[in-house]
Amino acid sequence: MSDMSMAIGIEAPPAGLAMESVSFDHRGQALLHDVTLTLSGAGKTLIMGPNGAGKSLLMRLAHGLLQPSRGQIRWPNGQPRQAMVFQRPVLLRRSALANLTYTLKINGEPRAKRRAKAMEALQRFGLAALAKRPARVLSGGEQQRLALARAWLIGPEVLFLDEPTAALDPAAIKAVEDAIEDFHRRGTRIVMTSHDLHQARRLADEVIFLCSGRLVEHSKAETFFSAPCTAEAQAFVKGELVW
Amino acid sequence: MRYRILSLAALGLIGSTLTTAALAQDDAPFITLASTTSTEQSGLFESILPKFKEDSGIDVRVVAVGTGQAFEIARRGDADSLLVHDTNGEKRFVDEGYGSERQNVMYNDFVILGPDSDPAGVRGSKDIEQALTRIAEAEEPFASRGDDSGTNRAELRLWDAADIEPSGEWYRELGSGMGPTLNTAAGMDAYVMSDRATWVAFQNPQNLDIVFEGDEALFNQYGSILISEERFPDLKHDLAEQWHNWLTSDEGQEAIADYSLDGQQLFFPNADDS
Amino acid sequence: MSTSGITDSALHNDSALHTALALVIDMDPALVDIVTLSLRVSLSAVLAAALIGLPLGAALALWRLPGRGVVIVALNALMGLPPVVAGLGVYLLLSRAGPLGELGLLFTPSAMIIAQVVLVLPIIAALARQLVEELWGEYREQLSSFGLSRARAIPTLLWDARFGLITVVLAGFGRASAEVGAVLIVGGNIDGVTRVMTTAIALETSKGNLPLALGLGIVLLSLVALINGAAYIIGETARRRLG
Repeated sequence: MSDMSMAIGIEAPPAGLAMESVSFDHRGQALLHDVTLTLSGAGKTLIMGPNGAGKSLLMRLAHGLLQPSRGQIRWPNGQPRQAMVFQRPVLLRRSALANLTYTLKINGEPRAKRRAKAMEALQRFGLAALAKRPARVLSGGEQQRLALARAWLIGPEVLFLDEPTAALDPAAIKAVEDAIEDFHRRGTRIVMTSHDLHQARRLADEVIFLCSGRLVEHSKAETFFSAPCTAEAQAFVKGELVW
Repeated sequence: MRYRILSLAALGLIGSTLTTAALAQDDAPFITLASTTSTEQSGLFESILPKFKEDSGIDVRVVAVGTGQAFEIARRGDADSLLVHDTNGEKRFVDEGYGSERQNVMYNDFVILGPDSDPAGVRGSKDIEQALTRIAEAEEPFASRGDDSGTNRAELRLWDAADIEPSGEWYRELGSGMGPTLNTAAGMDAYVMSDRATWVAFQNPQNLDIVFEGDEALFNQYGSILISEERFPDLKHDLAEQWHNWLTSDEGQEAIADYSLDGQQLFFPNADDS
Repeated sequence: MSTSGITDSALHNDSALHTALALVIDMDPALVDIVTLSLRVSLSAVLAAALIGLPLGAALALWRLPGRGVVIVALNALMGLPPVVAGLGVYLLLSRAGPLGELGLLFTPSAMIIAQVVLVLPIIAALARQLVEELWGEYREQLSSFGLSRARAIPTLLWDARFGLITVVLAGFGRASAEVGAVLIVGGNIDGVTRVMTTAIALETSKGNLPLALGLGIVLLSLVALINGAAYIIGETARRRLG
């Protein structure tokens, strides 16, 4: 296992992702058509689009949880270390602390160092007081922070987040967004889905806009929000209903 | 973490029971004896086995089943010795080459039991044929073991001798051991044939009582068989032979005669009349 | 060293409850032997069945191998296997004339353990499969995101399903400790060697000693209740602490 550098940040070459003509079918239905895109640099990419556009699907394909029906997904600079945070965090039926030591364990961290590292991560995400609590009785915001702390310990070069704030109140959303900025400062490439325009404006460096399983637009955030190229994106940015 | 330790401790505990289970096997030499329920349930073995152990140092592990099953266990080579009560079957067992020697050991007798009210009027019959005929003609319920045991085989021979083909609703084949058959017969006020030993030791008689006894045809002979060494070379023939010889020796015969329950002698040694 | 030797004082009591009490209060050595053997046999069988059945159930939940359906249906059907049939099968296997006759295990506690494993294994494997499959549905993406292979996911899944699995194992223990048909055939109900609670009860019943039989039954029931109660308390405490 490679060193999970926490203090010094991540000094890997920018993790590039290349998707070439990627399609995904499920039970004869094409859910994603012929998507070609590349992700590079160290920015924060927001995948946007109406419900059912294929945002989560695209991210799962990128993360390797699903295999494309057609097309290719490659990491030209080599497979980076990745982590993913889901809309509903999947926490193990153990204490908050044990959820973190578990992650360290499966990543090959020596037993002697696990506890200290886990406590440090809990501290960083404001969860130190909850270390002994069963993870699954924490509030939604606390659970999501724990999921972020877990991802933090993996030290990912790329972090995928699937609607991480969809079910949270404003204070919890703020905590998650701050955490995302922390990851970003550490050099982690952020790829995130959201259907919240305000959040996208706050976070995005670039936007991938999907509609009905097709890649409609892929542009810098300023461009996307000020002058979207396509009619769908224009409508979406204006807050009209798009499907 | 504490729970992991706890469950590890539990696992360890169970694991150690397992290992002690393996280690706790008795070191004393032993033989496996296939025998009948009547000898076990009457308490005979409990009385005589300690005496044999004292004389020989050998434990006898009794698997008490019906005579038919006892033969089957021995035929598969799963018993070192046999003590059963079906003289014809025993002789066949030896003739077929499974056994090398058969000896008379002891006898008791069968009795006919029935509800105290004796609705078929069996009491006072002059012989067993008449007793069975009265039951069949009255079509009063009769509970048969129906399990190919020694008692069951003897009962069928008696019907045959009386020239009766027992069938019909009144004749109930239970397919059970002696004890369960007595329990059932007591429950449904049926007539039933039992060996005297099991009957005397039986503690749930309800309305049952002896309605007929004493005919010579009710004689119940027990025999001991040595298993053929040629056929089953892996068995403990030396130990089994010591047991077989002890049973028919003066000491063994005396031990059998000494056993009584409620002041009644239940088995009568007769090793001399082989 | 025999049930017929069990407390003569107990024999004079008419009521089964009195008999049961007398048996327990006197700590009759014959009874203690029988109870110890019963627990030894059934606990060993359940332990062995769990060591085989839990990973087997988990494997069936995780891998869609050809023949999986057949195995699942077979396991479900075997949950209803009559103990006598299991006993007969093991008897034929261990008999001198059978394939494993050389081992000389017939009419020993080991034979009884084997027969009970045959009875308990399908219950544990089939129910464990169900529990693990449900949990896998929930954990699958997260564990795949961690980069865990299915084989490495099994211990995690078994541990996180532990509360449900305790109940499964207890169900197995219930079946093992309650059955008489199998141990009677392969153990032979030999006084002081293979006589356990259930075969002692069967023997006393056939001797017409119904109060003693019922008294032994009450003792057996109390023991099983005690073990279930202990497991329940441990499980509930853990559940409350760990969610």
